[in-house]
Amino acid sequence: VTGRLGLRLAQVVPTLLLVSVLVFCLQQLMPGDPALALAGEDRDPAVIEQIRHTLWLDRSLPVQYLHWLGNVLRGDLGWSWRIREPVAALVLAKLPVTGQLAVMAFTFAVAIGVPAGVVSAVLRDSVWDHLANAIGLAGLSTPNFWLGIMMILLISVHLGWLPPSGYVSLAEDWRQSLATTVMPAFVLGNGIAAVLMRHTRSAMLIALGQDYVRTARAKGVAELGVIVRHALRNALVPVVTLGALELGTLLSGAVLTEQVFSIPGFGKLIVDAVFNRDYPVVQGVVLVTATVYVLLNLLADVLYVLINPRMRAA
Amino acid sequence: MRSSRLAALAAVVLAAMPVAMATAQTKLPTLRIGLAEDADALDPTLARTFVGRIVFAGLCDKLFDIDAKLGIVPQLATGYEWTDSRTLVMTLRPGVTFHDGTPMDAAAVKYSLERHLTMAGSRRRSEIDAIDHVEVAAPLSVRVVLKSANAPFLAQLTDRAGMIVSPKAAEAAGKDFERHPVCAGPFSFTERVAQDRIVLDRFPGYWNADAIKVGRVIYQPITDNAVRLANLQAGALDLAERFLPSDVEAIRKDAKLRLFVTPGLGTVYLEANIANGTRPRTPMMTDARVRKAFELALDRQAISQVVYNGLWTPVAQAVTPASPYYAADVPPPGRDVARAKALLAEAGLKPPVAVDLMTSNAPDVRQVGEVIQSMAGEAGFDVKLRAVEFVSALDASTNGDYEMFLIAWSGRVDPDGNLYSFFHSGAPLNDMRYADKEADGWLEAARATTDVAARKALYDKIAVRLERDLPEIQLYAPKWIVATTAKVSGFTPVPDGIIRLQGVTVAP
Repeated sequence: VTGRLGLRLAQVVPTLLLVSVLVFCLQQLMPGDPALALAGEDRDPAVIEQIRHTLWLDRSLPVQYLHWLGNVLRGDLGWSWRIREPVAALVLAKLPVTGQLAVMAFTFAVAIGVPAGVVSAVLRDSVWDHLANAIGLAGLSTPNFWLGIMMILLISVHLGWLPPSGYVSLAEDWRQSLATTVMPAFVLGNGIAAVLMRHTRSAMLIALGQDYVRTARAKGVAELGVIVRHALRNALVPVVTLGALELGTLLSGAVLTEQVFSIPGFGKLIVDAVFNRDYPVVQGVVLVTATVYVLLNLLADVLYVLINPRMRAA
Repeated sequence: MRSSRLAALAAVVLAAMPVAMATAQTKLPTLRIGLAEDADALDPTLARTFVGRIVFAGLCDKLFDIDAKLGIVPQLATGYEWTDSRTLVMTLRPGVTFHDGTPMDAAAVKYSLERHLTMAGSRRRSEIDAIDHVEVAAPLSVRVVLKSANAPFLAQLTDRAGMIVSPKAAEAAGKDFERHPVCAGPFSFTERVAQDRIVLDRFPGYWNADAIKVGRVIYQPITDNAVRLANLQAGALDLAERFLPSDVEAIRKDAKLRLFVTPGLGTVYLEANIANGTRPRTPMMTDARVRKAFELALDRQAISQVVYNGLWTPVAQAVTPASPYYAADVPPPGRDVARAKALLAEAGLKPPVAVDLMTSNAPDVRQVGEVIQSMAGEAGFDVKLRAVEFVSALDASTNGDYEMFLIAWSGRVDPDGNLYSFFHSGAPLNDMRYADKEADGWLEAARATTDVAARKALYDKIAVRLERDLPEIQLYAPKWIVATTAKVSGFTPVPDGIIRLQGVTVAP
């Protein structure tokens, strides 16, 4: 097992290296000179020249890459060209914001999707089933940015219940923090709730048809107990797997939602960085994201081995 | 007994006064301003964005300011005199201190101007490189000697180049100054959270403190237009800038909002590549008659109506009607398709004449491109639209990889800022590579004299020449659309689009 784990760990480094090379090359393919983007409206040739020099843009691509990589190995992700703060500090500041949003969105998704799926399966072909399906379809097909703006207009402008945008951190004022994130979290979680609902429904339908459910009923277990303790517990296994996958989708979905609600998170950071040709931020954010994904993957592999004894022998 | 009681009472009242005054100070309202984007470096030497200038209006006073009629008025300097055509002597306001308590004097002005000129990465250098040297004439008098006569120089001092920073703070902070800027403006820097907010607090030692009626200003970048408006409607913002003409109706209808539409200093135009790059030359590039035909095919008012609800003002010159240097004799010509066709025939061209038009990919700009495409089509042009992301489009423009480019310039107070850099042969923004010896001479002469009438006559001649040669087909002058809630009073819009905070207050 240790050898296997060591092998997997050894694979992490070349994977991340490959990702960093790819990102580096990809952004060189992006048209538009970053020095021009940074020079300002006057485009003073002396300033452009000076920017190229200080940012190493006048060196060859491999030299630029090795310079960046050397700094990364020393723990320095560089400085943002536009925001003018260390990339590592920016990433550390923005990650908890998006993290909070993702956790809240996921909570919404589970709280809405799973019960709706169960009700829909248990009361199959009833009005409730059709209603849940219709809402699920609507949730899947509504674009985040549209729903976001509509909610801002209804809940903030007309009803005045919640602040329309912005962000306050949990540490600063938890009530205000929840007030600023509840709408974006709902918007973000809405699509996933629909996916979870449909999967819970089908998994529940299969579970409810199984022998052990019939046996439980025959033993006189109350219907609620049958549904929750016997059917749902078994049906949740694939749903949980799917939910974990959707957590990744949440991070990418946050890009649009953060833009609409002006939340200074990870998504807004990378979008603004791409538009402003802020290469160090793009590289840093992608590297950190890739590292998180690779490590999570590794963790999943380790857990799999721990859970499934047959894997240990292999 | 009684008198001792009175004395005690008086003592208590006197002792309580500073506390009461301090409470009154802290009770001043907060002003929340919604910005269309986040500012860049908060160092006047390094800053390059328009939005940054809005924040600087709260943070850093300038030597001079402009008023609503574009007149140059005193700010940190109380007056000036040209002792000869190259020497400007400025008298400074006495008793002004920076946010760190150090005095704003002639030495500080010399330091700041030299910092703008020499600091690595300075975006101000090109604005004031007319300076030969700066001398401290007296503690409150500065003598600026220019390399040659330069009338627009004074106008540069009404913007970032005229902002004076605390030498002590700048030396101590070094490269970090932009994170803790120290100037002599009405508010001092408190906090900045990237992409979220910039917080400034009222500076009690401000020389014009009576005019400052809010205790704190919070600038919040909200890029989405609809969301910025929703924040204003919901009362989460007190003032927000740069709305679109399509928002005007909603703002007007809302009794809780106030609308301010102000003519600006910049224009939107079609730039024709005359001689830049290696692209094969086309009639549009080489023949002014073809460009004239293209201009005559366009109905500027209709474009403004379709895309901007008729709010943008049609123009045929780079100086806008907001400026006293606007050439009234060069009005935008009306649409004349028959003449356009005749001009194409005269140039020996048979329709359809292919034209490659590059635009940025902003939705309104693309729409303008589509209207132009359809109008020009009726006169015999076959316009191919190429919508490119803005930085890429700028790249193509710099390198001459375009035939026509739809672009905008934000505009400057002095007409020189809208003309010299674009039309003088070899100037940095002359991407068209337009070159006309006479126009070069007029542009130089207008720089060399401070006589307003003589400059006006020269700029009139330049406007006529450019309308003949058409390196740029000027289309319209946009306006600044700012809205506040009804609780805000005292806001005065200025054609430069900068939000000045003097006199602005928010009712509870």
